[in-house]
Amino acid sequence: MTQQIINDLTIQAATVNGSGSQTANLVLTRAIFRMGIPVAPKNVFPSNIEGLPTWYQLRVTPEGHMARSDKVDILIAFNPATWHQDLKTVRPGGVVIHEEVFSNADVRSDVTYYPVPFAKLAKAKIQNDTLRKQLANMIYVGVVAGVLGIPLEALEHGVKRQFNSKPKAVQVNLDAIKVGHDYWQDNFSKKDPYRLEPMTGKVEGKVLVDGNQAAALGALMGGVTVAAWYPITPSSSVCENLIAYSERFRTDPKTGEKLISIVQAEDELAAVGMAIGAGWAGARAMTSTSGPGISLMAEFVGLAYYAEVPVVIFDIQRIGPSTGLPTRTSQADVAFAFNLSHGDTRHIVLLPGTVEECYEFARDTFDYADRFQTPVFMLSDLDLGMNLWMTPEFKYPDKPFDRGKVLSKADLERLAGEWGRYRDVDGDGVTYRTLPGTDHPAAGYFTRGSGHDEFARYTESAEVYERNMDRLARKLETARHSLPAPLVDESAGASTGVIAFGSTHAAVVEAREALAAAGKPVDYLRLRALPLSDELAAFVSRHERVYVVEQNRDGQVYDLVRLALPPNLVDRVRSIRHYNGQPIPAAAITEPLMSTEAVPA
Amino acid sequence: MSATLNHVGLPRDAYKGAATTLCAGCGHNSITNHMIKALYELGIEPHRLAKMSGIGCSSKTPAYFVESAHGFNGVHGRMPSLTTGAQLANRQLIMLGVSGDGDTASIGLGQFLHMIRRNVDCTYIIEDNGTYGLTKGQFSATADLGSVQKKGAVNTFQPIDPCAVALTLGCSFVARSFSGDGKQVVPLIKAAIAHRGTAILDIISPCVTFNDHDGSTKSYSWVKDHEESIADVSFIPFFEEVHVDYEPGTIRDVELHDGSHIVLKKLGEDHDPTDRRAAMRVIEEGRAAGHLVTGLLYLDTTMDDFVTTEHIPQRPLRDLGESELRPTPEQFSQLMSEFA
Repeated sequence: MTQQIINDLTIQAATVNGSGSQTANLVLTRAIFRMGIPVAPKNVFPSNIEGLPTWYQLRVTPEGHMARSDKVDILIAFNPATWHQDLKTVRPGGVVIHEEVFSNADVRSDVTYYPVPFAKLAKAKIQNDTLRKQLANMIYVGVVAGVLGIPLEALEHGVKRQFNSKPKAVQVNLDAIKVGHDYWQDNFSKKDPYRLEPMTGKVEGKVLVDGNQAAALGALMGGVTVAAWYPITPSSSVCENLIAYSERFRTDPKTGEKLISIVQAEDELAAVGMAIGAGWAGARAMTSTSGPGISLMAEFVGLAYYAEVPVVIFDIQRIGPSTGLPTRTSQADVAFAFNLSHGDTRHIVLLPGTVEECYEFARDTFDYADRFQTPVFMLSDLDLGMNLWMTPEFKYPDKPFDRGKVLSKADLERLAGEWGRYRDVDGDGVTYRTLPGTDHPAAGYFTRGSGHDEFARYTESAEVYERNMDRLARKLETARHSLPAPLVDESAGASTGVIAFGSTHAAVVEAREALAAAGKPVDYLRLRALPLSDELAAFVSRHERVYVVEQNRDGQVYDLVRLALPPNLVDRVRSIRHYNGQPIPAAAITEPLMSTEAVPA
Repeated sequence: MSATLNHVGLPRDAYKGAATTLCAGCGHNSITNHMIKALYELGIEPHRLAKMSGIGCSSKTPAYFVESAHGFNGVHGRMPSLTTGAQLANRQLIMLGVSGDGDTASIGLGQFLHMIRRNVDCTYIIEDNGTYGLTKGQFSATADLGSVQKKGAVNTFQPIDPCAVALTLGCSFVARSFSGDGKQVVPLIKAAIAHRGTAILDIISPCVTFNDHDGSTKSYSWVKDHEESIADVSFIPFFEEVHVDYEPGTIRDVELHDGSHIVLKKLGEDHDPTDRRAAMRVIEEGRAAGHLVTGLLYLDTTMDDFVTTEHIPQRPLRDLGESELRPTPEQFSQLMSEFA
């Protein structure tokens, strides 16, 4: 036997959508995590309810690499429709666990096969007729456990965690796992090099959370009280999780009274309209959507920008244009969101790069919206939002809400009613507002998306218009200095730098390790918000060449970076783009950087 | 001479707004005056009023009454969603939406329907002139089949009747009136405000500039007694007035959510405003006869409004703080342990 490969492998389960395989995959994930081994699952699923092929990649590394791997070590082939294609993805020396009846035509000779009669076993061994189809997936969990040596205790934990410790469900699933495990023991001897062994030091204090769950929790902690949404993949689970948290933490169990309203709107126009109406009336309000929804919201976002209404918009990006690939990931809404709506508009865009930041930014984004009285975008993506990520536990907030410049009745009395809704008294571009319902005769004003002066009165005056637009620019400049600063790591002391943001972070972390090991270390600046920070130019000025890595075709942030740089630095910037809908692997960064001049600019 | 004060101690002038910028004689200006009268007489506290609108001539009018109240002139056809959100944020606000027929029957038809579906507590006034005034006179979707534009074009499409649409959706308050009929409009506005739920009040409001000519079915002379300029619109006031004192026998007494009563005086055939099918029939019969039936067509005071179905507290959501909105550190840490 060749040398053992321990805790460093990628499992790919090729199954049929809607067959219950996701549950089996999650049990496997949680069982391995229970062994103390870092896991990085990626679910590649179709835009379909039942019948189309789906893949679940479970990457396991002792280092805790979180990016997608582009190599498959262990294939679980459960789908006859993709069997021949799936077989080609396995690396030489890999393992193929497959349904026994699959055709032998064109099989490879450089992999190890463990054929299992899954269908026969399910028929013979699983008594539960209604659940047989779902439980058949659990049989492969048992086989994988046999091949890799996953202990029973870890499997039990995975099953209990998945079925919320419902004893009946736990037992039937464990029984199905045992069917697979027994079959492995009775019929095979170990012929491959892969093994899992319990380890310590990497997962302690860590949890598995997806970014949408994290964002929903962040919104809850940030004090959202009105959320309006329209279902769309991959953002639906933001509000679905928020509903679940609200039932648990915001609902009086006796009266049913809820300290939040979450409305499923008739479309994205109404969703953002409700959020803006609520933000105007003083609630912390949000909507959550994906690219097509952002397109529909464009008009309303311009109103909120110009009329200066706080509102939070979650965009869980997927591949476009148009319907695109609805279940594949992308970072191609950045430029659009940044300038969303007609006329001169520009918005605060937060760019979380980890699920922990999905939580923290979601929580803090309500402060930014209130402080700067403007729409704030939280730009996550399908990879971050819908996949589970290993993360440190989230921290309980240590700050109260920042509700921004709001004048109360007492404030208006103190000012003897002398105020103007759009008067810049502090010189920071941020003006004072009153909320509807404030019991003072001077409180009311007329909010509008048409031209207005400092006192919110209609005007078409050229001078007043320009002055107002300049103030809005000044306001965004104030905000720019308050947003999450880029994280800079220059520990490599290298002449080459990498700039990235969002879910690309995981691939950059891994690529930097590989490049350092190959003697080509790179420094790193991770953007966390738009408009861009001054840190950016400083970072570029300290490096001879800087690569902007992003998951879109046109290099949208590459363009923004070059626009923000002084002319003498522009030439230093190069672009690396990945845009096939699959989460970017580290190789997409290491390969062009290993052969520097091969990079298209 | 001291002005007469209403029961919250305010003179009528406190309900006025900025000077109108609409055309002289515009039906919308009459509605604005009816609004001022209704709000003054009801004694609505200005700070509790939220004036909401979309885009168009009608949507400018919230600037022309109760200047000290908050108002929000939003985007075209989207008044309902802004209103829904604002009410969720602060259910103590009295939501008064003003919209036009372009807003309601075209670009914002979806939001109109869904606001009714949710029964959001809002007075929804449609200032309905069958035309796009600000863009110089194109037909709107409420223009009748065969009506003629000022430049001679003939409308070839069936109209959308907002009242009929509202009725089919089970809207809890459906009424129609005419901008020139203050005697009917003012009590209907009051009743709509008192009603808890979506109150649709379709007010035919002639456009003096683009839709006040022979051939238009929504025209009228601002000298109302010029019979020929009323064209082919006939008005049958279904209930001459809505009173608070009433005479037994020929009246219908309806108690509203706020405890007030409206008393509907019947003229002509008997109409039961709690009978939705009867309301549909009356509209259809009116249409067949070339009449526009006005009055309170339908009322259902039993339906829960949106904030009730949403189970939110009486206290405005916007006033809640960290201690009410954040789970405790113990609950948070329990949740974290469940992620492990």
